[in-house]
Amino acid sequence: MANFVVSGTPHVRSKESIQSIMRDVIIALVPATAMGIYYFGLRALILIVAAIVSAVFFEWLYEKITKKPVTISDLSAVVTGLLLAMNLPAAAPIWVPIVGSAFAIIFAKQLFGGLGQNFINPALAGRAFLLASYPTEMTTWTAPTGFSGADAVAVATPLSELKAGTGLSASLGDLVMGNVGGCIGETCAIALIIGGIYLLYKHVISWKIPVIYIATVFILFAVIGRHGVRMPVQEIFAGGVMLGGIFMATDYASSPVTPKGQIIFAIGAGLITYLIRTFGGYPEGVSYSILLMNVCVPLIERFTEPTIFGALPKTKEAK
Amino acid sequence: MQALTFKRGVHPPDGKELAKDQPIKVIMPKENSELFYPMSQHIGAPCDPLVAVGDHVKVGQKIAESGAFMSSPIFASVSGEVVDIRPMLVPGGAMVKSIVVKNDGKMEEIEGLNEGKDYTTMTNDEILAAIKNAGVVGLGGAGFPTHVKLNPPKDTPIDHILINAAECEPYLTCDYRLMLEEPERIVRGLQIMLKLHPNAKGVIGIEMNKPEAIASMTKACEGIDNITVQPLVTKFPQGSEKHLIYAITKREVKSGALPASAGCIVDNVDTVVAIERAICKGRPLMRRIVTVSGKGIKNPGNYKIRIGMTLRDLVDAIGGFNEENPPVKLIAGGPMMGPTLYTLDVASVKTTSGLLCFTKDEAYIPEERNCIRCGKCVEHCPMGLMPFMLNACAIKGDGEGFVKHHGLDCIECGSCSYECPAKRQLAQSIRATKKIEAGKKAAAAAAARAKAEAEKKAAEAEKK
Repeated sequence: MANFVVSGTPHVRSKESIQSIMRDVIIALVPATAMGIYYFGLRALILIVAAIVSAVFFEWLYEKITKKPVTISDLSAVVTGLLLAMNLPAAAPIWVPIVGSAFAIIFAKQLFGGLGQNFINPALAGRAFLLASYPTEMTTWTAPTGFSGADAVAVATPLSELKAGTGLSASLGDLVMGNVGGCIGETCAIALIIGGIYLLYKHVISWKIPVIYIATVFILFAVIGRHGVRMPVQEIFAGGVMLGGIFMATDYASSPVTPKGQIIFAIGAGLITYLIRTFGGYPEGVSYSILLMNVCVPLIERFTEPTIFGALPKTKEAK
Repeated sequence: MQALTFKRGVHPPDGKELAKDQPIKVIMPKENSELFYPMSQHIGAPCDPLVAVGDHVKVGQKIAESGAFMSSPIFASVSGEVVDIRPMLVPGGAMVKSIVVKNDGKMEEIEGLNEGKDYTTMTNDEILAAIKNAGVVGLGGAGFPTHVKLNPPKDTPIDHILINAAECEPYLTCDYRLMLEEPERIVRGLQIMLKLHPNAKGVIGIEMNKPEAIASMTKACEGIDNITVQPLVTKFPQGSEKHLIYAITKREVKSGALPASAGCIVDNVDTVVAIERAICKGRPLMRRIVTVSGKGIKNPGNYKIRIGMTLRDLVDAIGGFNEENPPVKLIAGGPMMGPTLYTLDVASVKTTSGLLCFTKDEAYIPEERNCIRCGKCVEHCPMGLMPFMLNACAIKGDGEGFVKHHGLDCIECGSCSYECPAKRQLAQSIRATKKIEAGKKAAAAAAARAKAEAEKKAAEAEKK
């Protein structure tokens, strides 16, 4: 007699998988990555490859040593590596992405239980670690000279100009297109927005976190401004607001699951970005704002649990 | 008319094309085959056999009954000899005491069968008694005794009687065929129900992926003021009682309450036809329509069977499995909620709506991975729960957390597992924990009752 399979319901499943989601994120990052390489040349390409290869390698290594199933085929390490590289200045030495990937994968992700268990965004944790440990390497910015072969010249980023209050040297068009100094993947706002639209279309992310985060930053700089200077449009196109809002703050594991929680999370991150940029010691506050909100997620979720269908009217607990 | 629906839910591929164009075929049990009548085919008290081994029974004879209000009698669907009373496997996976009848093939009918009545001249009590005495229960899957449902407490007035014709489970087409082939009987059944609740209006809710059924039912309802056909958005679980009520009336059935509390009675299409047969034809519930589908069966279709036939007899009668691509998984009911069977030697019962024979690729379930907290289960849960969190509670054995996060409100529809990109067994883990926690709750309630009674007795004793 044939043996029939017995299993729990349901017996049909959607086609979507972790791998397909990660693949969509990678596809969405392709335009920004390409623009980063276009602006910052071969150095950018080398850093991106080094970050991805080392992230995948460290994931494989950790899982081998701890005798866990190897999960590199789910592509999540590729995403972490790529995002980390996007957050590096093109002038960084090659060991920087390798050290960053090791920290991101081993300390931020695997030690907490691997995929989905990390309470902070691994790529951002890697970047924060690098920024704290190697501030010179992490803040030496070069001009977007592409493959022209010209020597990389150190430049000020739009954000450091805004911080110094010396006025922006780049035009708004250059800011939107990304033809300015900055991290490899953060400068071309338009490419990042195209990627974001793709993720929305594929239902990988919801509009809430990116739109509300960017809107919060915009409104704060429009209404209060930076010591009296109000340049909200430049503020959202300069630095990592687009990259952070679309690709980093929407990281599943480290952002709230509840719809209301996502709104609170996005507003909080926007507020902290504003505070760091305006009053903090750093010119940029996107990474730290997201990391700080990451650690608030369990608290936010506790207070924003959705009301269930057919919920009973709330009764005060009898004492 | 604007198609209505509920919030959230999922869109599984419907798989109905395999069986939807197959007219209902009558399958009679073979001579000398054994039919099994489990004593519990409904929610409520199990029945006790009224016959003994060696007795001769006839078609339509009541062979088991219970004195409880919340129960439903069972009828022989063939004539023949009672050869045994023994436990038999039912589709849910339990072994249930069953009366075994060997079919003599004569189909002798008991006297008094086929004495149809005109329901317009009957009193409500007579109608309810007739429905009870015909063994009618909810045929959509739950098996709630229909006479109980139609007789809600007096303080809950009924203003809507909804016919659940959503048939949102993929693959199943038995309700669809019934609407195409016997629409006037559905309408008559509904009219009988409306006679019991004259202030209510009847609404037949049909998903938009069945335009022919909507047309057929609309035609059958022509000229009847208090019955309308309501198109519904094609979305799973549209046929869930609570979600059907919400779609049509925008009322939420409160946690733990019955539909009557929202002024609604909901019955499945086949149940309504069973009511019509019981009253107008004088025939108790002895047959039902089963969709047999999936790529693993040679002739997918809709079959009217005698309740009690084993599924093996049914499969043999319709030409057997697909030999080139035999099934690896058998499902009793639809693919979203139906339990799997490890054998075909299972009695068909009143609530058996489908038998799906899934081949290797249809049955493929990928490996479970880590939860990535994508939130898709929350986004799609029709009850507004947080399945990923309930799953974590279930794995940790944290019953308290499970109840606190409303795990007991889960309707086990499987939308969460369907959507989950990490392919986690969310619904399954929640169902298992629900059973444990519901058991604990019932035990605690029973203990509290016992304690209260003991205290009362002690107090009385003191008085004396």
